[in-house]
Amino acid sequence: MGGYVARRLLQAIGVLVGVSVVVFAIIHLVPGDPVRLALGTRFDQGTYDALRERAGLNQPLLVQYFNWAGSALTGDLGVSFRSGRPVTGLILERLPATLSLAGGAIVVALAIAIPFGIISAIRQGSVLDYAATAFSQAGISIPDFWMGILFILFFALRLDVLPPSGYVSILESPWQWFTHLIMPAVTVGVVSGSIITRFVRSSMLEALGEDFTRTARSKGLRERLVVRRHVLRNALIPVITITGLQLAYLLSGLIVVEQVFAWPGLGLLALDAVQARDFPVLQGAVLLFALFFLLVNLLVDLLYAFLDPRIRY
Amino acid sequence: MAAADTTEAGAPVAPAATSRWRETLGIVAGNRLALFGMFVLGLLIVAALLGPRLAPYGYNEINITDRLQGPSATHVFGTDDLGRDVFSRVLLGARVSLLVGFVAVGISLTAGTLLGLIAGFYGGRLDDLIMRLMDVLFAFPAMLMAIAVLAILGPGTVNAMVAIGIVYTPIFARVTRASVLSVREEVHVRAARSIGAGDVRLLGLHILPNVLAPIIVQTSVSLAFAILSEAALSFLGLGTQPPNPSWGRMLSEGRGFIQQAWWIAVFPGLAIFLVVLSFNVLGDALRDALDPRQKSVIESRGMKA
Repeated sequence: MGGYVARRLLQAIGVLVGVSVVVFAIIHLVPGDPVRLALGTRFDQGTYDALRERAGLNQPLLVQYFNWAGSALTGDLGVSFRSGRPVTGLILERLPATLSLAGGAIVVALAIAIPFGIISAIRQGSVLDYAATAFSQAGISIPDFWMGILFILFFALRLDVLPPSGYVSILESPWQWFTHLIMPAVTVGVVSGSIITRFVRSSMLEALGEDFTRTARSKGLRERLVVRRHVLRNALIPVITITGLQLAYLLSGLIVVEQVFAWPGLGLLALDAVQARDFPVLQGAVLLFALFFLLVNLLVDLLYAFLDPRIRY
Repeated sequence: MAAADTTEAGAPVAPAATSRWRETLGIVAGNRLALFGMFVLGLLIVAALLGPRLAPYGYNEINITDRLQGPSATHVFGTDDLGRDVFSRVLLGARVSLLVGFVAVGISLTAGTLLGLIAGFYGGRLDDLIMRLMDVLFAFPAMLMAIAVLAILGPGTVNAMVAIGIVYTPIFARVTRASVLSVREEVHVRAARSIGAGDVRLLGLHILPNVLAPIIVQTSVSLAFAILSEAALSFLGLGTQPPNPSWGRMLSEGRGFIQQAWWIAVFPGLAIFLVVLSFNVLGDALRDALDPRQKSVIESRGMKA
């Protein structure tokens, strides 16, 4: 186990170095001068020189990379080409909104996936199973931005029961925070929940066919207990993996839904940065997303090995 | 094509291969959902090929006096804020969707399969190098990666194809490599090698035909994701540019009028949904038929575009 942890950790660090090179390259792959592009019509020589100097763009490439990566390690991601503010601060401001949405969405996703997945596995081939399967197939295929717009149309504009968009901090008003969170969280949660439902179902079916399930049944245990004590416990281990991966995706891939609901999270920050050609902000956001993704993946793998003693590496 | 190749080569797998493809087709055709998927895709292809002839109006035929008309006999899906016929635009949008889907997946399929074959077949340092590179690409969430690529290349339909193509390359490389590893040491491959077959021949005639099943399944599912990604990118204003009709773009334009004219945003969204659903259903049917042990690609990847 110790050896596995060490190996997995080293591998993650290797990937992280690769990721940092790719993110660093973004600004250099842009055709033309990134600072000039960012300034556009607001160009003036003084600002231009200052921004280039601050971004370290006048040094040799290798020096630039090590300076950039070194600062990133200490939490300094440079300054925005647009506002001149530190990127780290901009990101930290957006973090609560993204965490709220990701948390809300995962709650919705699990509330859908666990009951649906279990029922459709236990009653395989029944009407309920078909309904759950159809739901998850639809949820995987539906464009989330379309679903979000339909929600806004019905619940905000027609029925007027929920606010159409925006975000309120939980510290400001927990109730407002909650009502604003419902539609975006359900939009994202339905999609993630559909993916997790399939996983719960197939994992349950696999566990139902195992020898230990037959043994539990043959010793006369009631079906309810067989499912709860033997099947569920084993089936839920792989579900952790998929939930973790969904969480990583949620933390980083909510760009479209944040745009639909004007949700001021990290995805919207990255999108605005692309449109404003604010490359340091884009680099910072992309780096953070990838870091989240790697970390969650790492944690999921380690947790998996810890929870299932049959797994030996 | 692959089946014919193996037959000519007279490889040990050949006799089984031909009937296997026929059997697969039989299973897929016997699946009602898959038939539905094929029907929708047939419609899509017809719309993409014959769109300009079938559309009652031009995609950019502006008629301000008829703006924001609801669905009626003259405008089945209604009209948008410039009086353009929504049905014609949805019909012509099929072309962009399908083109982006096929070209983008074509890029990932070619690059990913090639890299996967090389990594799995040669192993060692080359394998390490290729797969670590894929790990790095895989560490970026799909949508974000596509957006970052478009930030560099600039928005547009062609650049969206390239961006989506890059994003889905690692999954093809992984799927191919894993299958190659399991086939590489099989008796028929060793036999071919012992009678002096070169690497290219081994890869092309003896390994590739035997790892096609998961690649085909992956292709169908990736088409669904690619079409969804293009729609999302165009929705964000980074893909297809106006006035060209693209479903994602139409949705974002219709958004501002959602209260007065729901049809502008609802019909293009429905089109995306149906097409993506069809590719997903077809992918599932193909998986059941070709590769029953393989878990759903969505499940193994654990995320969506």
